[in-house]
Amino acid sequence: MNDKRPDSGLGKDLIGLETLSGDTIRAILDTAEPFKEISERAIKKVPVLRGKTIVNLFFEPSTRTRISFEFAEKRLGADTVNVAASGSSVVKGETLVDTARNLEAMRIDMVVIRHGSSGAAQFLADRIPSNVINAGDGQHEHPTQGLLDLLTIRDAFGRIEGLKVCIVGDVVHSRVARSNIFGLQKLGAEVAVCGPKSLIPAAIEDMGVQVFTHVEDAIQWADALNVLRLQLERMNAGFIPSLREYNRVYGVSQARLEKAPGDTVILHPGPMNRGVEIDSAVADGPQSVILPQVTNGVAVRMAVLYLLAGGAPERAEEAKKGEA
Amino acid sequence: MSRPVHIVGGRVVDPSQGLDGPAAVLLIDGRIEAVGPDVEAPEGADSIDATGLIVSPGLIDVHVHLREPGGEHKETIATGSRAAVAGGFTTIWAMPNTDPPIDDPAAVGYVRAAGRAVRASRVMPIGAASIGQQGKRMTEIGELVAAGAVAVSDDGHPVHDSGLMRRLLEYTQTFDIPVLQHAEDPGLTPGGVMNEGPVATSLGLRGIPNAAEAGMVARDVLLSELTGGHLHVCHVSARQSVDQLLWAKERGIRVTAEVTPHHLLLTEELVRGYNTQAKVNPPLRAEEDVEAVRQALIEGVIDIIATDHAPHHYDEKEREFDDAPFGINGLETAFSLCMKALVVPGHMTLSGLIDRMSCAPARIMGLDTGTLRPGAPADIVLYAADESWTVDPTRFYSRSRNTPLAGHVLPGRIKKTIVSGETRFEAEGDA
Repeated sequence: MNDKRPDSGLGKDLIGLETLSGDTIRAILDTAEPFKEISERAIKKVPVLRGKTIVNLFFEPSTRTRISFEFAEKRLGADTVNVAASGSSVVKGETLVDTARNLEAMRIDMVVIRHGSSGAAQFLADRIPSNVINAGDGQHEHPTQGLLDLLTIRDAFGRIEGLKVCIVGDVVHSRVARSNIFGLQKLGAEVAVCGPKSLIPAAIEDMGVQVFTHVEDAIQWADALNVLRLQLERMNAGFIPSLREYNRVYGVSQARLEKAPGDTVILHPGPMNRGVEIDSAVADGPQSVILPQVTNGVAVRMAVLYLLAGGAPERAEEAKKGEA
Repeated sequence: MSRPVHIVGGRVVDPSQGLDGPAAVLLIDGRIEAVGPDVEAPEGADSIDATGLIVSPGLIDVHVHLREPGGEHKETIATGSRAAVAGGFTTIWAMPNTDPPIDDPAAVGYVRAAGRAVRASRVMPIGAASIGQQGKRMTEIGELVAAGAVAVSDDGHPVHDSGLMRRLLEYTQTFDIPVLQHAEDPGLTPGGVMNEGPVATSLGLRGIPNAAEAGMVARDVLLSELTGGHLHVCHVSARQSVDQLLWAKERGIRVTAEVTPHHLLLTEELVRGYNTQAKVNPPLRAEEDVEAVRQALIEGVIDIIATDHAPHHYDEKEREFDDAPFGINGLETAFSLCMKALVVPGHMTLSGLIDRMSCAPARIMGLDTGTLRPGAPADIVLYAADESWTVDPTRFYSRSRNTPLAGHVLPGRIKKTIVSGETRFEAEGDA
């Protein structure tokens, strides 16, 4: 890997899409393209990050994101360590900054962090010299999820500019929603959100986002729907009366989709609650790109790791062969 | 008996008597003896040269967290009252949300005695309104007052229960003390860490809406009207709360209110980057709220300035935003921040500011200080209004350094603070 850091537009870290330019986001998506192919090989490994040490620091339970990062890291040849909050020194009262400094003292190169508090990834990035990748911080951002959603939408439509994308569901608690809004807008899409007002954050219109309170209206409007997971806890906390009613009023069903003017593309960041926010017929139907999202997640994360490690977007193809 | 003290050469600004001009002040036996342009020193008097300085009644802060007992790593009665005189305050009222809370007469007596022993600012204890500040049963308010409590409050938390608030506003009338209310409807603020609005939404932080404060103010002024009790609303931050106060005052309801220096100048934008130094409750609000509370202070709808001095240890603020405690260290920056927010831009005269930080607190709380009238306790502050300084928290007298103002250049410098005729603070290099 070349030593001088070419200008991908990424800095030391990837904390969110809010601070990235449209060009930088496009560069990441373009870099992901050649990396898609690695996962289709019989031997899924290239030496792009050979000798790099990456810590996956997960303070919240996560299956999909953690595994996706781990595959991306391993397929690029990095050495990885997974740290989960339970069973770590965190439960013994160690602060985030001490945990990070101790890892740093073991000479690591990158940290992938998932944390329940908004701003935790930024907090870490400001305090250690390693590259920090935000794998979801509280209700703030989940930039690699945003990027994989963008890549999947681009694959489906061949473009992002001019598309209408609506994020449906629990927007107020969703870091996926924020990363989608920032990323889609920077690439020229129109963005709306849809849900009961109890699940829509205050002043979201100030972000240039349209708000629908009826899912039927959102379906009429949108080229693509990104359907968010509705957590059971939201019912217990009084944001909605019941999951059954949520499904009746906001569930994305086949019957509702059939009234759309065109073939609405359906995304979902997972894990799905079938029969709550999305019906199985939709999730498994021809308009669903939910599994391609998962596949793209690995490629996008490879691209981010490669770029943060100093790789040049235009040399990704050579890097795969170990030539760059 | 100490020797008389003659403060000469300064400009005396004392809005309690409408004074603003060159004058001398004579102190005898810890009290003001005389003030005026021709007041001369008796033989053997000590002289304080106030040339180029302004001489005003000492500042009074009715909302300070001294953290002792239980939080001595953040602040103690000693460090807090020294920070107070460094900030020009000659009287501070200590909030009872310590560990354990100040909810019995022994604890009140302890705070009072410990405050006296330091010989810095006067320290007046506020008693807890409810036992353990649990919001359930009233404390023995008469016993607390007998031990030296000057008010009751559950600050840190609101008195949520309407029935308890009513009883407090009734019962305190026997002792002629105010109920200081932290106005916040907790049902509207679960997990809230900053102002609700576009900044919170983009940062993914849970919001505290204006309505949580204003709704509680609305209820409380109605309870004050119902009972006739003295309601004092702490740290007003929302423009809708100002509307409630205006309505109440126009009806003649017995309500007073305070605003902090930080709510007079700083906005929620300061939180960007997850700056825990700007995490405070009530939160820094939007620009239109800052303008509304500032205007309310100018017009007297909000009566006074109080710091809500809330010291926290470095380690406690060096956390994820959600986990860091609320609070800004206020005593040593308050006067200068108010100069910057009010006097320098021309919103208020210097005399107006001294009224809101000294005379008005004394007036609404029934204190005999906050004036240079002959006979009053000789609590005096000397300052250079036109001198600026750079905020360096490492030089705070407070044990904690939690301020969002580190490195800021602020106008107005406290030079000397006198309590009961005795110099309790003198700026370094000015001895």
